[in-house]
Amino acid sequence: MLQFLQLIASGIAQGCIYGLIALGFVLIYKATETINFAQGDLMMLGGFLGLTGTLALGLPFWAAFAAALVAMLFFGMALERAVLRPLLGQPAFTVVMVTIGIGYLARGLVTMIPEWGTDTHVLPVPYKDDIVSIGGTDGLILSMEHIVIIAVTALLIVGLYLLFKHTKIGIAMQATSQNQLAAFYMGIPVRRINMLVWGLSAAISACAGLLLAPITFVHANMGFIGLKAFPAAVVGGFGSIPGALVGGLIIGVVETLAGFYLPEGFKDIAAYIVVLVMLAVKPNGLFGENLRKKV
Amino acid sequence: MSLDGEIILQLNNVESSYGPVKAIRGVSLKVHQGSIVTVLGANGAGKSTILKTISGIIDPQKGSVVYHGEPIQKKDPAWIVRQGIAHVPEGREIFPLLTVRENLLMGAYTRPLGEKAAVEQEIEQVYGYFPILRERANQPAGQLSGGQQQMLAISRALLAKPTIMLLDEPSLGLSPKLTREIFEIIVRINRERGVTLLVVEQNARVALKYADFGYVLEVGRIVMEDPCAVLREKEDIKEFYLGIKESGVRGTRRWKKKKTWR
Ligand SMILES: Nc1ncnc2c1ncn2[C@@H]1O[C@H](COP(=O)(O)OP(=O)(O)OP(=O)(O)O)[C@@H](O)[C@H]1O
Ligand SMILES: [Mg+2]
Repeated sequence: MLQFLQLIASGIAQGCIYGLIALGFVLIYKATETINFAQGDLMMLGGFLGLTGTLALGLPFWAAFAAALVAMLFFGMALERAVLRPLLGQPAFTVVMVTIGIGYLARGLVTMIPEWGTDTHVLPVPYKDDIVSIGGTDGLILSMEHIVIIAVTALLIVGLYLLFKHTKIGIAMQATSQNQLAAFYMGIPVRRINMLVWGLSAAISACAGLLLAPITFVHANMGFIGLKAFPAAVVGGFGSIPGALVGGLIIGVVETLAGFYLPEGFKDIAAYIVVLVMLAVKPNGLFGENLRKKV
Repeated sequence: MSLDGEIILQLNNVESSYGPVKAIRGVSLKVHQGSIVTVLGANGAGKSTILKTISGIIDPQKGSVVYHGEPIQKKDPAWIVRQGIAHVPEGREIFPLLTVRENLLMGAYTRPLGEKAAVEQEIEQVYGYFPILRERANQPAGQLSGGQQQMLAISRALLAKPTIMLLDEPSLGLSPKLTREIFEIIVRINRERGVTLLVVEQNARVALKYADFGYVLEVGRIVMEDPCAVLREKEDIKEFYLGIKESGVRGTRRWKKKKTWR
């Protein structure tokens, strides 16, 4: 039983990472109807920026963390402005291909940067190897890495909730994604809002990368984890923000349990099995919207 | 009747197209401060295009849109909203998943944060015009009926604190009774708040009843312009818009000639 709880806890932590990346997918999809296949690579860039902040610049961990998020916010905005906006009006397929290209480019460029390269790096965190035990010495043992992942994700969700529910700009982001034409009529600066969504999405992915770094490593290909976040978004009902997070948690937990109880190999396909089951049972995903208005 | 106010909005020979399709071909019209002006036309005549050109959603190829003496045809929609031109689009175009209240807040998007208290007050005022919106304030707007969505669309435009409001077929899809109710309220808005109205309509009966001045648009051109009191008495209008048929050969011939109006 204890073991099971232990697995659930680490599954939740892993699921938070998937959920955050899935959230990045969903935000961009809702705003621009584009699937950004470079989402995982934005996460990877976030990891490298954190690395540079702590090791090269000598910033304290949390300062480097915050700086990396801000840098990625601006990077995402710049990406939208420079690469995506000129493609406005092109077929969705073109835009998707371009995001795949951005991913390749990011991975390629990272390996060319001297200190980054093709190596795997360890992101030094102040809470490395700390543990918290709940219920005495033979109770539940949680690693600090996992607790931080869950806590930061929770904080981020509260922040996003406040943004989307209680700020003018956040409501405008939702409005723009629901009915772009009407947003123009209201005088909402639609292009600037979409730019902001890209920035936000990049920053959230970077956050996932920085949280993940202590339990894996930082390397140019770490973004492939996005391939599992994508199913998370599908399970949640592509286009739903709570769905992305819940989908991430489901996949994280199922995968962790499969990795422990099932034969070797099941771990890696667990995410896709969950998707297939979900698509068979509830094709719109858990939080699929029927009310959605196409513009 | 207020056709003696200054001209606040004027279109001079405006031509707008969608790619190769010319939608309006040299439209000129004037709107006096405080008046209600209507543009009548059949499907595809170019009514919506006129309004979209005014609010900067599309740029005209030729001609000018002059607002308070200043050409605005090259400005972007957000700037135009801030100058006091609010658009109630055809088909309502509400934000379906936002609540009614959030929709109203988006109507006030261009207003500075400092006007927050004033915006809250105006939300209360529009709830006064349309009490159902107060009841539904926290429901997703997509759950409203068509008529309620129209009320929301009008209210949302009012929150921009417009000098002039552009209404695109507010009667679309509404029962005659609801159409009358909505028109009575927009007339009240015009009288009580001094908001100038430019209403495009296919429902000539209602539009001519409530408006001061009317234009008739036919395949992208203005073919008639008169005070509504005059238009109401014109044979062509009676026949083709109000359905009052003139009998005899002359009437039939005119019917054939003018069939494009329907
Ligand atoms: N997005 C578009 N792309 C191409 N052509 C368009 C577009 N919108 C309108 N048109 C064309 O422009 C002309 C005028 O259209 P507009 O929408 O202004 O007419 P309308 O008078 O508002 O009609 P309705 O009563 O049906 O709303 C029509 O011939 C229409 O086919
Ligand atoms: Mg129209």
